[in-house]
Amino acid sequence: MGDGTGVAYFDGVKKLAINWFKYSAPTTFYGLAGKMIPWFAVSAAILLAIGLYIGFAVAPADYQQGEFYRIIFIHVPASILSMFLYLILAGYAALGLIFNTRLSAMMASAIAPTGALFAFISLWTGALWGKPMWGAWWVWDARLTSELILLFLYLGFIALHASIDDPRRADRASALLAIVGSVNVPIIYFSVQWWNTLHQGSTIKFSGTSMHVAMQQAMFITLAACWLYAIAVVLARVRSIILERERNTTWIAELPEVKG
Amino acid sequence: MSSLDIWMRENPLAYVWLGSYAVAFLVFAIEIAMVRHKRKITLQQVRLIREAEGEEE
Repeated sequence: MGDGTGVAYFDGVKKLAINWFKYSAPTTFYGLAGKMIPWFAVSAAILLAIGLYIGFAVAPADYQQGEFYRIIFIHVPASILSMFLYLILAGYAALGLIFNTRLSAMMASAIAPTGALFAFISLWTGALWGKPMWGAWWVWDARLTSELILLFLYLGFIALHASIDDPRRADRASALLAIVGSVNVPIIYFSVQWWNTLHQGSTIKFSGTSMHVAMQQAMFITLAACWLYAIAVVLARVRSIILERERNTTWIAELPEVKG
Repeated sequence: MSSLDIWMRENPLAYVWLGSYAVAFLVFAIEIAMVRHKRKITLQQVRLIREAEGEEE
């Protein structure tokens, strides 16, 4: 790399870095989030409709499970989202703890309720599938139990945050819980390999899958829809948290929606 | 075999829709309503604080 290109390269990196820092400030992120929410929400609704159409009208019935397998189009995305959202929550919480950034802690607080709801949907739909397949709504299986612990971790994070009046102290205390609790996510994922569980192992692997192509399409499309929905809801929630926490600042006073 | 067991085996699609998807959509609808309500309440609070500060000045 010559002198000129080297300088240009580092200038480019610097500009990118500045942009990232710019959008990590609540001031700029608030407006950006507001612009992005409708796009994510509309895309989520469209993809969910397409995914459910393929899942119910195109995908054939399973040769063993019959029509009951169609629960996977909500169960699998909800389970994946519940785990990934927890990791993202813990990542934001760690960033907030290490760098003392305001937006990171706000994002962690905004993700928690959505993650908890996805964990609940995962457990609920799993129970609905378990009854006709296993003959029981619930078994103390490693996968199910670790997912239940994930729901409790989300609830614990929300409760701990709400129980401390000072928001910055609440951020730090709940961040520690989130970071420690993140050890549960690999336990959920690998539980079907580590222990002899009633819950089936992964159907889709890097080496391939035996699933019908329409089933795969429906599942991946509803997974994308759930991701977009989660992003839209989290962005909407974090805007309220920003408003609440920054209410004494001048930039909030100058917002058109605050001026009325 | 309970009556629910018999019903779910006779109506698997209704069981899947009502039990899983209807509940999931209800959860999403409640979450969206809560987020919208929170925004409305927070905006009202911020406006009230601003108005109170304006009156003091």
